[in-house]
Amino acid sequence: MDNPNHSAEQARFDAIIAAEEKIEPRDWMPEKYRRNLVRQISQHAHSEVVGQLPEGNWITRAPTLRRKATLLAKVQDEAGHGLYLYSAAETLGVSREQMVDDLLAGRAKYASIFNYPTLSWADVGAIGWLVDGAAIVNQISLCRTSYGPYARAMVRICKEESFHQRQGYEIMQTLAAGSTGQKAMAQDALERWWWPTLMMFGPHDAESAHTQQSMQWKIKRQSNDELRQKFVDQTVEQARHIGLEIPDPALRWNEERGHYDFGEIDWDEFQRVLNGNGPCNRQRIGARREAHEQGGWVREAMLAHADKQRRRAAGRAA
Amino acid sequence: MSKQHLPLWEVFVRSRRGLDHKHIGSLHAADAEQALLAARDTYTRRQEGVSIWVVRSSDIHASQFEDEGAFFEPAADKIYRHPTFYDVPEELKL
Repeated sequence: MDNPNHSAEQARFDAIIAAEEKIEPRDWMPEKYRRNLVRQISQHAHSEVVGQLPEGNWITRAPTLRRKATLLAKVQDEAGHGLYLYSAAETLGVSREQMVDDLLAGRAKYASIFNYPTLSWADVGAIGWLVDGAAIVNQISLCRTSYGPYARAMVRICKEESFHQRQGYEIMQTLAAGSTGQKAMAQDALERWWWPTLMMFGPHDAESAHTQQSMQWKIKRQSNDELRQKFVDQTVEQARHIGLEIPDPALRWNEERGHYDFGEIDWDEFQRVLNGNGPCNRQRIGARREAHEQGGWVREAMLAHADKQRRRAAGRAA
Repeated sequence: MSKQHLPLWEVFVRSRRGLDHKHIGSLHAADAEQALLAARDTYTRRQEGVSIWVVRSSDIHASQFEDEGAFFEPAADKIYRHPTFYDVPEELKL
């Protein structure tokens, strides 16, 4: 702090943030701002990548060709979103290999929601409707984040994400209008996914380790509780419209607040899943490791092919 | 006198913080530093930008116009990648 250049840089950084401008990769930034962003963006990227697994489970068992094509396209999008986000994190000086290693070694976190199993076809609908719905609420807010490459990735992702939620709701709507058994399947999926979805927004503001600093730096623009409330408010109507019941006896409209009140999340479950002991944590990381190892020969072959082309070109030139 | 030509550079300008660099044109220069100065003098005389990238044109690899049909074809019939493909009530803000 006694370095005059440093405080001039700090003042410039603060001014950019205060003016609602974006910080760009080559700007000076506080080391903690950089580390905070690397943590958040890489966790976000890992979530997109691991998020392919629960839905991937149903690609071969989708009930119609239309649903299968849609699910394939959605899972493909998630892979793309992971790529946008890893690239944004790489502008902060962290390598892709390091981030992938951290995930595979179990050092990195990802959204705990993806540690729950997809037991029926209705779960694919519930994930699109609820999990992607919650992700959209969060990501729309992040389009205004203070780091330029992250904000731009969010804008692209939000544009693509809209179909994910709509296809999920369409599945739920179809099941809810179907036979008694189909409607029960949709209701069961809603009951299993509702609370884990609310957990996606993270701990209460007072308990959240990073919220205050992240809000000051405008990395986060709205708090966990604000975003969670926004999601609940918009989702209640959607459930009602297709005659499904949200599994929360405390859920009721609060005229005074102009919002829905809702029950307390089981935070013990949240911590348990976050700390690696959810229903599918080991399975998810195991699947990622296996995919990474089994894809090794493809990466090697790509390098060998490029090397061969270079040698051939050099041979022709000689 | 040298017969060596000055190499071609492609110029990308960020018009303001928060936006992507966009291709704006090209110029000839002997090295990156000269290319940046020339780009500033050529393309940002009226405050068009806050940041410039220059890239050797020979380092840019592009898809071929004549291949456009085959190259981009796989996307044309996948209308289910668009939100409007799904039949959900508009009033629900999905």
